[in-house]
Amino acid sequence: MSWMEQSDTRSCVLLRLGERRFAVAAEHVGELAAPSRVFRFAHRTPEVDGVILRRGRVVPVCDIAEKLTGKKLVQRRFYLIATRRQEKSLDWIALPVSGDCELIQADLTPAGASDSPHVAGWLSHGGEVIEVLNLNALTPGPDGGSSANSGSVPPEARA
Amino acid sequence: MKLAAPHKSHSARAEQIILFRASSQVFAVSSASVQEVRSVDSLAGAAVEINEPSLAKVRHAIRRGDRNQYVVNAALHFDLRPMPAALIFMLRKSRVALLVDGIEKMTSMTRLQSLPGAFCHEERTWYRGLTVLDQNVIPVVNPAGFLTAEEISLLDAVTGSQALSELPGAASHGLSL
Repeated sequence: MSWMEQSDTRSCVLLRLGERRFAVAAEHVGELAAPSRVFRFAHRTPEVDGVILRRGRVVPVCDIAEKLTGKKLVQRRFYLIATRRQEKSLDWIALPVSGDCELIQADLTPAGASDSPHVAGWLSHGGEVIEVLNLNALTPGPDGGSSANSGSVPPEARA
Repeated sequence: MKLAAPHKSHSARAEQIILFRASSQVFAVSSASVQEVRSVDSLAGAAVEINEPSLAKVRHAIRRGDRNQYVVNAALHFDLRPMPAALIFMLRKSRVALLVDGIEKMTSMTRLQSLPGAFCHEERTWYRGLTVLDQNVIPVVNPAGFLTAEEISLLDAVTGSQALSELPGAASHGLSL
């Protein structure tokens, strides 16, 4: 099978984390938001910084830069608001990014068996080979993403 | 201060809550789950000291009827720096009393949002969810999340053995646990 037969043209959003660029499938991106107040409260999921309020929704902020580049982001220019499927629900997550994001069409090569779980695939853009991120593996969640679920889920209710 | 249970005829979608502080952070608890608010001073002499190293957040028990109600330091429970506490919430239909710094205010919430799935550790037991009040996000505590059944059993055993050891002549009669 040739490389062209394996690849698949998809819309992706390129994001910058420090010096490196990564991509997320466009279907998982909600919007790009300006930095806003991060609300912090006591919790034990170290990957979550806090939450922001976006269109009435509480969205957790996960800085994935340290995991991907080894450094925390010094400057947060935007939040990329992304979605991920957790069990039967759609979960929103805010990813701090350090530069502009770009919507592109690119040929996506699926991840191989030797790739890290956070790699959903690869794309080539502007002479650069870029990781397409698997947010479920990269961010904490009950599906066993980057953090194990050790607590029971209390009933959720609307007042 | 005795707190009455919220009146049923109130708006079906509104829930009365108490905003309280623990180590300078604000939390909310349903006022329906708080039976009584007491000053820490009022418990002087009425509380039994507990020294269980595996449960540092519980240092006292209050005898209520034939059972103990265990005083949980809210700041320690949430891994926050403990501050001088002023009030105790006696939780309704619970073996837990909650030691807090103070009450911020009483208000109502109309919407409780579930805790986002990214929070996947003990906080899922700690909180019923999050509410937004005046453009602030406030965690709403789960009254059942302060002590597990196993922890309550452990504390019952600890206080039971303390009571026996304090009985005059218990040792000479060979009483032990």
